[in-house]
Amino acid sequence: MLEGISKFAIPVIFILILSIGLEKDVKVYDVFLEGAREGFTTVVKIIPPLIGLMVAIGVFRASGALDILVYILKPLGELIGLPREAIPMAILRPISGSASLALVSDIMQKNGPDSFVGRLVSVMMGSTETIVYTMTVYFGAVGISKTRHTLPAALMAELCSIISAVWVCTLLFGR
Amino acid sequence: MLNYIWAGLLLFGFITAIVTGRVDAATKAVMDSAKSGVTLGIELMGVVCLWSGLMSIAEKGGLVRAFSRALNPLMRFLFPGVPLKHKAMGAMVMNIAANFFGLGNAATPFGLKAMTELQKLNKDSNVATDSMCMFLIINTATIQLIPATVIALRSAAGSVKPTEIMLPIWISSFVAFLCGVLICKLFSKVWRC
Repeated sequence: MLEGISKFAIPVIFILILSIGLEKDVKVYDVFLEGAREGFTTVVKIIPPLIGLMVAIGVFRASGALDILVYILKPLGELIGLPREAIPMAILRPISGSASLALVSDIMQKNGPDSFVGRLVSVMMGSTETIVYTMTVYFGAVGISKTRHTLPAALMAELCSIISAVWVCTLLFGR
Repeated sequence: MLNYIWAGLLLFGFITAIVTGRVDAATKAVMDSAKSGVTLGIELMGVVCLWSGLMSIAEKGGLVRAFSRALNPLMRFLFPGVPLKHKAMGAMVMNIAANFFGLGNAATPFGLKAMTELQKLNKDSNVATDSMCMFLIINTATIQLIPATVIALRSAAGSVKPTEIMLPIWISSFVAFLCGVLICKLFSKVWRC
């Protein structure tokens, strides 16, 4: 049953969106192209940050600095059952979207996308957004300087979702 | 903040490389990673464009609007400080719906509009209101119908089943949403400035 949801999700979403579009007389192909072009611009825009951050993460890993950081933070990770390869992800995810994108790609290249860690960082990447960036843009736009409990509450929510990601991945895919 | 993190990763990395005698490996990593940054971007392009296009059809077909109407009862619970007919409510609900369908480019303008409207309801223009905090927290824990970027990443890395993480992502983002809302409601009672 659970496997069926992930398996049929894509075809069902295609069928649903296309039939509703046709029913509402949407020029589906023209609109598709318009949206795809927007996606194209988005991807082109993230290539420079990806280059910068992949280089930084690459150097950090190749030099052995990553091993030192992971060694220091290992006890914290063990507390919530987080494998050591995924620890840097828990730190970077709230700070930068493109940095965590680069990190997920790096982790999947080293461990394989279908390994436990590969799946886990995929879920971590998909289930929360970049807290710091969102706060900067939205609060900055209206000139709010006292953000009260926003950051701590968002970080705690992220922690909950990491714990749930570890748990769900173990349950669905095994360790 | 990212300025410091980026420089820190590079500086700490190169210094460690010199100390541990891995200078050659670090130098090689610079060139290889720069190349893989471009490769990764190009590999993401296909899937991201595809979903961005499909979701535009959903938007034009009225799915985003229908979804935002279904959210109304939830919105009343989340934002008791905002009148239901207020412009802020409309902008917030469209932002959440656009995020759900993965329309990042559409979600941000709605979000900014929502913040401007919420600011009009604010008595102390320096301090965030309960509704603003809640709106921000929901934005960082949005549930996304198709996590296109992650699927693209996995497919680029050669995954056998790039979409198998959809259900776990829905569950984990729902947990993040639920915890975020509860913690925010709790904190807003005690955290006044």
